[in-house]
Amino acid sequence: MNENIVLKSVLKLLLPVVILFAFYIQVGGETSPGGGFQSGVILASGLIAYSFAYGIEKLQKIVKPQLVRVASVCGVAVYAITGVAAVMMDGHFLDYSAFMVDKIVAQKSGVMIVEAGVGITVFAVIMSIFYSFALRVEDA
Amino acid sequence: MMAFLADINAVANLAILALLVVTAIAVVRSVNLINATIFMGIFGMLMACEYLILAAPDVAITEAAVGAGFSTVLLLMALFMVGEKEKKSSGGKVFPFIIICAATVMLVYAGGQMPMFGASDAPSQGHIAAYYLEHSEGETGIPNVVTSILASYRGYDTLGETLVIFTAGIVVLMLLGRFKKEGAK
Repeated sequence: MNENIVLKSVLKLLLPVVILFAFYIQVGGETSPGGGFQSGVILASGLIAYSFAYGIEKLQKIVKPQLVRVASVCGVAVYAITGVAAVMMDGHFLDYSAFMVDKIVAQKSGVMIVEAGVGITVFAVIMSIFYSFALRVEDA
Repeated sequence: MMAFLADINAVANLAILALLVVTAIAVVRSVNLINATIFMGIFGMLMACEYLILAAPDVAITEAAVGAGFSTVLLLMALFMVGEKEKKSSGGKVFPFIIICAATVMLVYAGGQMPMFGASDAPSQGHIAAYYLEHSEGETGIPNVVTSILASYRGYDTLGETLVIFTAGIVVLMLLGRFKKEGAK
């Protein structure tokens, strides 16, 4: 019952910080090092560490494997649709300046959306690769 | 003070590069595959430190999370499936040795023709990098040039990169992705 007690108590303190840090890296990618890729990887690593201490069944209830598969498509779709939307608004593909009159605000928001797409995809793909391995391990 | 800091960088570089060689040898030498995997994780962490010294924090974060964290986890899980003992190789040792020697000679030859570290006349400095550094903040309002290049100037490439990651995920799902139903025993 009390196995992994060190891991569990450390993770209880650490996991909120890791999740918060992942979001900080996602949003702060414009001014400080980071971005979608890094944020997705950090969030996924935090949750994988959680599954080590508390078991994969608990993680599966929070982050469903099916949901993760859908999310990986959604991330790519967000990115690609942003590109197509720019074409619809008389710009080039992925030219965010077409979104608004103020080009700098348009660029910033375009980058924000695209980075969110990258973050979702990276997080979802890493989680689904982890699930593919881990759930198979349990079968063996 | 600056000279002192430069010395610290040089010392840290040397120490990390030496440790990298030691861990790489340890990876090859260890018979137990779990030990080898842990050494790979240490190798990734050292690489992350090295990227940080080379002023590439974006890459350092990625390397620390993927190279030292996630790939170690994946390798460990793969070891649980295949066992932790290394199989005795059956083939001869001459042919691999020749290939390694040839690769080493080629790398040393090519390394000699690389521009010096931080050289101002390196091809990567001359082409379009200066334009990005000068205009990034004015054109996109994003102070971090790495982000503005990745997501805005080179948006196509990053879209392709995201698709590559997505494809990798799909392929793993196709190969291993028959999950057990949740709650089922």
